[in-house]
Amino acid sequence: MKDFAALFTTIDQTTKTTAKTAALADFFTSASDDDKLWTIALFSGRRPKRAVTTTQLREWAAEVGGIPLWLLEESYPIVGDLAETIALILPPPRRESDLPLTHWITELKALTALDVDARKHRILDAWDQLDATERFLFNKLITGGFRIGVSQKLMTRALAKATRQEEASLAHRLMGGWTPDTTTYHALIEAEDAAADDSRPYPFYLAYQLEDDPDALGAPDHWQAEWKWDGIRGQVILRNGTHHVWSRGEELMTDRFPEFARLRDFLPDGIVLDGEIVAWDGTQPFPFNTLQARIGRKTVPKKLLAEAPVILLAYDLLEQDGEDLRDLPLRDRRARLDTVLGSVPEDAPIRPAPPLAFDTWDALADIRASARDARAEGLMLKRLDSPYLSGRKKGDWWKWKLDPLTVDAVMIYAQQGHGRRANLFTDFTFAVWNGNDLVPFTKAYSGLTDEEFRKITAWVRKNTQQRFGPVRQVTPHHVFEIAFEGIHASPRHKSGIALRFPRMSRWRHDKPLQEANTLDDLKELLETYG
Amino acid sequence: MSDQVLSFTDRGIYCAAGDFYIDPWRPVDRALITHGHADHARSGHKRYLCTEACAPVMRHRLGDISVETVKFGETRKIGDALVSFHPAGHLPGSAQIRVEVAGEVWVASGDYKVVPDGISEPFEPVKCHSFITECTFGLPVFKWDDQAHVAHDLNAWWAANAGEGKATILGAYSLGKAQRLLSMVDPDIGPILTHGAVENTNAVLRAQGYHLPDTVHVTPDLNPKDHPGALIIAPPSALGSNWSRRFGASSTAFASGWMRLRGVRRRRAADRGFVISDHADWPGLMTAIKETGAENIYATHGYTDIFARWLKTQGYNAQVVPTEFGGEDDEAEEAA
Repeated sequence: MKDFAALFTTIDQTTKTTAKTAALADFFTSASDDDKLWTIALFSGRRPKRAVTTTQLREWAAEVGGIPLWLLEESYPIVGDLAETIALILPPPRRESDLPLTHWITELKALTALDVDARKHRILDAWDQLDATERFLFNKLITGGFRIGVSQKLMTRALAKATRQEEASLAHRLMGGWTPDTTTYHALIEAEDAAADDSRPYPFYLAYQLEDDPDALGAPDHWQAEWKWDGIRGQVILRNGTHHVWSRGEELMTDRFPEFARLRDFLPDGIVLDGEIVAWDGTQPFPFNTLQARIGRKTVPKKLLAEAPVILLAYDLLEQDGEDLRDLPLRDRRARLDTVLGSVPEDAPIRPAPPLAFDTWDALADIRASARDARAEGLMLKRLDSPYLSGRKKGDWWKWKLDPLTVDAVMIYAQQGHGRRANLFTDFTFAVWNGNDLVPFTKAYSGLTDEEFRKITAWVRKNTQQRFGPVRQVTPHHVFEIAFEGIHASPRHKSGIALRFPRMSRWRHDKPLQEANTLDDLKELLETYG
Repeated sequence: MSDQVLSFTDRGIYCAAGDFYIDPWRPVDRALITHGHADHARSGHKRYLCTEACAPVMRHRLGDISVETVKFGETRKIGDALVSFHPAGHLPGSAQIRVEVAGEVWVASGDYKVVPDGISEPFEPVKCHSFITECTFGLPVFKWDDQAHVAHDLNAWWAANAGEGKATILGAYSLGKAQRLLSMVDPDIGPILTHGAVENTNAVLRAQGYHLPDTVHVTPDLNPKDHPGALIIAPPSALGSNWSRRFGASSTAFASGWMRLRGVRRRRAADRGFVISDHADWPGLMTAIKETGAENIYATHGYTDIFARWLKTQGYNAQVVPTEFGGEDDEAEEAA
């Protein structure tokens, strides 16, 4: 564990990507195969099955730390991370050990077979032989969410450096449903036929937001435009008589969308489709919250299946006859996609995402302005000559979203952030006027600069009226412009509405409190856009 | 309220028997000052009273003020109150203020830490009935490593940077923290350069007889190339500014109790964070409170609600000092 802790410390102490990559590459050169495999797993969002609950961890840590549980609970939001809170309150270890990362993961897996007392004994015993950093990492293995400033992309680059392999082909090997229990380092990284897994998706190609005018992109006839749908980006894979559905977050969602099983009846084997999964009302997508009802469920009740059926709006073909098409230009992939989908019946849970016809950028701007009518968030622009790249790359794909909707709202509650933003007030509740009352209608966490967060934090500290645990009620004074992508009715909220992607777009120093928007204004927006 | 020895008003801590304030934050006639940090020693009061050791820094920072001084431990009678100042260990010259009226003793601790740092007059426990304590780090997650250990890490970091031909830039508050760091680092590793704000304070403290290693003031005509492998000590706000860019390739760090938290460390986006605080950690607060023998504890500056609740479970009569009084400004955070 000491080498893994040293790796973590090096990564944590630098903000430079090159230094992080170098440290990881060193680790991938020197560590054992088991430790390498687990490191790859952890940095690609895989973790050992949780053997103890966080409630148990809190209770045991408070007991060992000699403090009441409530005091640990109060400290947690200030530290911003449970694994760290626990590591910080424990007394120093009484022993020292240097067992490898894989040992501790094996130890955690073994806990599942033990009763609670034995689990507790093992956890306390582990804490008593790990130093502060090792404890933090050990706790992280249990609590999950192993986010420590290393993206999967950065990890893949380091691995490519250490193994002298192509980054793109490694990225592809790391996709899919493997865990360290189902594979070995050799099979995953080194073996010849590593692509044999039928379920393995391709790394998604992601677009950047277009900040400037599309004029800068050159001649319009080099570009394809599509609606930018507000659904879930997904890949549907048909290979060897099986089908798999992957989300962009690399989550296997096959069981959540049973509709897609039927695709095997219409489509040839050996293909991979890229597109947007949306709930479909027969002619256009339902608003996102309809789809949201489906996402949370691992199995879908029949009623919901009938009320909110999903389809794939397909816009790319990545594999055909088992062959990787990603290096072909988009125009060719698109032509093949249209051929593949040509014979699919009307009621099939798939349809091509239609390219939009336009001659000039001005004409396209007009089309973009009507995106909300099409239940789209804006447009996607894709260069017709472009191959299908992996990850977020500038140049060939752009999203050209609609300007968000906005309201001016009053900040009424503030709460401290987590992690990097612990100890700063970053989580706010906003209200609009209803007569003389302020009605809370949304929370927002992002959009301000670090400098603005520091300013508002100082202000919140001086203007707290009341505290409810970590939440502070503040004097209504500051008005913020809240930007959002959509609005819909929600009986669960006091205001009766809910927003999609709310964030603070501007601190309206210029706006007096009384001039913030009203609940009636929101209802009007709901009427128009809901 | 007013028949208490000390009461909490919208101007600060007030003693009715002696008609004076302690660390007031609005202009008053007579102010007793615990130490020179800006959130305790404010300008605009008519008369100031502080320790001899504290006065030079206050004059340096507040300009032409009317200051009377006392020695540590010397008793002064003001109205019906007996007043004395006792070392708080927070920074050179910092004091707790003991106020006795008709046999009842209160202590306003200002900011303090109980562990000796090699430069400040060490903290002295003062027996009292009521103790006003800060609790900047009043949570069980705040525990400091001993200074020798941190000094070792600090020097190792500096030496490694010097070996790689990089400058070492350390962000630390110019009064107190900077001088404490100067007393911790090993001057044999390389030259020590200081930002003007730090150097001016150094000059004041050196003139008083506090021992500090040799430092070079960074002036506009200083050529960093003449000082390879240097350690540069500057206020936190100078890091990442044009001022610090002149040193070329560098490794940066902050020194503060907040560096105990990974989230804060990462937000400050420095290469390193050294956990070095002028304030008491959790065990330090507990020790200090216990040693006063006080029954009544008033918590201010920090996690007051949580801290007071904990003290109650420990059998103290603990209260939170009203929030309007406890200013938690940015500067206080940087100084911590």
